[in-house]
Amino acid sequence: MSEDANNAVGDYKYGFHDPENATIRFDKGLTEQVVRDISELKNEPEWMTEIRVKAYHHFMDRPMPNWGNCSMLDSIDFDNVTYFLRSSEQTEKNWDDVPDDIKNTFDRLGIPEAEQKWLGGVTAQYESEAVYHSIREDLEEQGVIFLDMDSGLKEYPELVKKYFCTVVPYADNKFSALNTAVWSGGSFIYVPKGVHVEMPVQAYFRINAKNMGQFERTLIIADEGSSIHYVEGCTAPTYSTDSLHSAVVELIAMDGAKIRYSTVQNWSANVYNLVTKRGIAHKNAVVEWVDGNIGSKLTMKYPAVILKGEGAHAEIISVAYAGEGQHQDAGAKVHHLASNTTSNILSKSISKNGGRSSYRGLLKVNPKAHGCRSKVVCDALMLDADSRSDTYPTMEVSNSSADLEHEASVSKISGDQLFYLMSRGFSEEEAMGLIVNGFFEPFTRELPMEYAVELNKLLELEMEGAIG
Amino acid sequence: MSDLILDIRELHVSVDGKEIIKGINLAIKTGEIHAIMGRNGSGKSTLAHVLMGHPAYEITSGEIFYLGKAIEDYDVFERARAGMFLSFQYPPSIPGVQVGNFLKKSVNNVRDENIKAREFRKELNNAMEKLEMDRSFLSRYVNDGFSGGEKKRLEMLQMMLLKPRLALLDETDSGLDIDALRLVAKGINETAQNIGVLLITHYQRLLDLVKPDFVHAMIDGKFVKSGGPELALELEARGYDWLEA
Repeated sequence: MSEDANNAVGDYKYGFHDPENATIRFDKGLTEQVVRDISELKNEPEWMTEIRVKAYHHFMDRPMPNWGNCSMLDSIDFDNVTYFLRSSEQTEKNWDDVPDDIKNTFDRLGIPEAEQKWLGGVTAQYESEAVYHSIREDLEEQGVIFLDMDSGLKEYPELVKKYFCTVVPYADNKFSALNTAVWSGGSFIYVPKGVHVEMPVQAYFRINAKNMGQFERTLIIADEGSSIHYVEGCTAPTYSTDSLHSAVVELIAMDGAKIRYSTVQNWSANVYNLVTKRGIAHKNAVVEWVDGNIGSKLTMKYPAVILKGEGAHAEIISVAYAGEGQHQDAGAKVHHLASNTTSNILSKSISKNGGRSSYRGLLKVNPKAHGCRSKVVCDALMLDADSRSDTYPTMEVSNSSADLEHEASVSKISGDQLFYLMSRGFSEEEAMGLIVNGFFEPFTRELPMEYAVELNKLLELEMEGAIG
Repeated sequence: MSDLILDIRELHVSVDGKEIIKGINLAIKTGEIHAIMGRNGSGKSTLAHVLMGHPAYEITSGEIFYLGKAIEDYDVFERARAGMFLSFQYPPSIPGVQVGNFLKKSVNNVRDENIKAREFRKELNNAMEKLEMDRSFLSRYVNDGFSGGEKKRLEMLQMMLLKPRLALLDETDSGLDIDALRLVAKGINETAQNIGVLLITHYQRLLDLVKPDFVHAMIDGKFVKSGGPELALELEARGYDWLEA
């Protein structure tokens, strides 16, 4: 790690990188030919190539968003990004077959260990593609499909064609267009009717190369009355130049189904993280986003739920930690299209050392949606006067029967709290760590325990050197 | 080594440039309970906070010796780890931090010996039983939504588990009904054997349940009269006016 980069990120634990042993690496920059080459390389059906090309043109034509952190967005150099990099010829089912340097990385991240202990399935993506993939036999026997997205398209082209881009159209925004043009990797999941996947399945995304662009695409379909919990983690090495991560995630929860999607985003502080995540909940279905943003340089991500069927429910719990040089522009969007739909949004953010966190929320109630309920709570904790926290809530309510609550608070760590904890033998840093962990507790308690422990450790680490 | 736990010599303390404590001398030995009584604003709580090392208070002159060492340069947590304990008049809430986890960590911070999980649980159960605290306390957030009585019982529970050498109790009896007062007194009496206790109070009623060895009447930052338990009764009956110059 360069000294500059190290200074920029402090104690980021996952900032190491391995030698780049690419088997295929595209030249930097984006052209229509690059898009076509990716599709050809993957031997994709023609409809996919076409949609990629359309999306490419939309991306090129569409201006940058004129909201959010414009100066950071404008400093992305799209010509200096590698859009496709293959580092392993195939996706392995056995860790031993994964190339050594890549396997070492995932060993250091604790992925194989977690798989053995508590996961129903794992996919590990390195640069553009999955290098490892497995699913428990019993899930496979019940008809659960859990594949990397490229294999999903190969093996279930009709299913992918039916749902791809239906929740997030490529023209939704500039970055959904970019993702659709150059997507590679991600997960494809189908849970058959009535099947409950008890153990979470996990996808881990690792960027290793410099100036890399990672564009995974995930599609999860939970058929009627089924349920699944998908967990996503990600890290990257610390470089002095930027990398780009722009994913699209589409969730479809059929009648009575439940999808929970949990994320612990811990990119290094040189990664632009511009992600579109959206789910559709049909009748009595539940879509839950549990979304943690700790790392990255700039994150712009607003997990959304479209409550399309009567009685559907959305739950969006998100936390953001913005340290030095970081901007977490996160939030939530819920569209109440059907009657008697309900939503809960809880957003918590911490800003430290000049970091900036923003909550950007949209709550929409359709004129024909009667009896909808929604509660939005935003809490911000500022650790010093240099940091910044903003809230941009938007409510468009066109039905007067809606029952809406909105609470927002901005707080600081009080001297009373610190004195109290220190009088119980906690150093000032430990006391701050405890308060911060407590602040995020409504989020962490929703995570699988192993993640919660890891996140708490991570935050305690962030508090080291917090005292000026 | 002498059995002197706390030795305060000619202590003067200011906050924001205003002198609050104006020359106090106090020696507390092992096994002694000292009560400080006084009206609001007399400097009682300031004394407790300055002993615990609160950063807002400035010692302008005088010295504090704890177990024979001058502690002016000790940080708050170092005093705690050296065996000093302050029971707060208004304990703040720490949302999201569960009582059980907080107690375990505090005990690990403060007590020297490495306490095994099973042993800790045993001590915890024992102390909670004595304070008539339900197990459900442990999964609640520290002081969050607690009633006044619950907060003070949690303070006593911490004191019993942390096993301090010197306990500073800042108006631990204020705002308590008689049942809660009885439990708090029980907590103090349990812990007070073989340690030093400084008990700050407005009222005589706690002193019916916790017998002090010495009582100090405090007015305007000074001890104006010291005596035995009978002084507390006299202050209760006559007030403080007769002590003013």
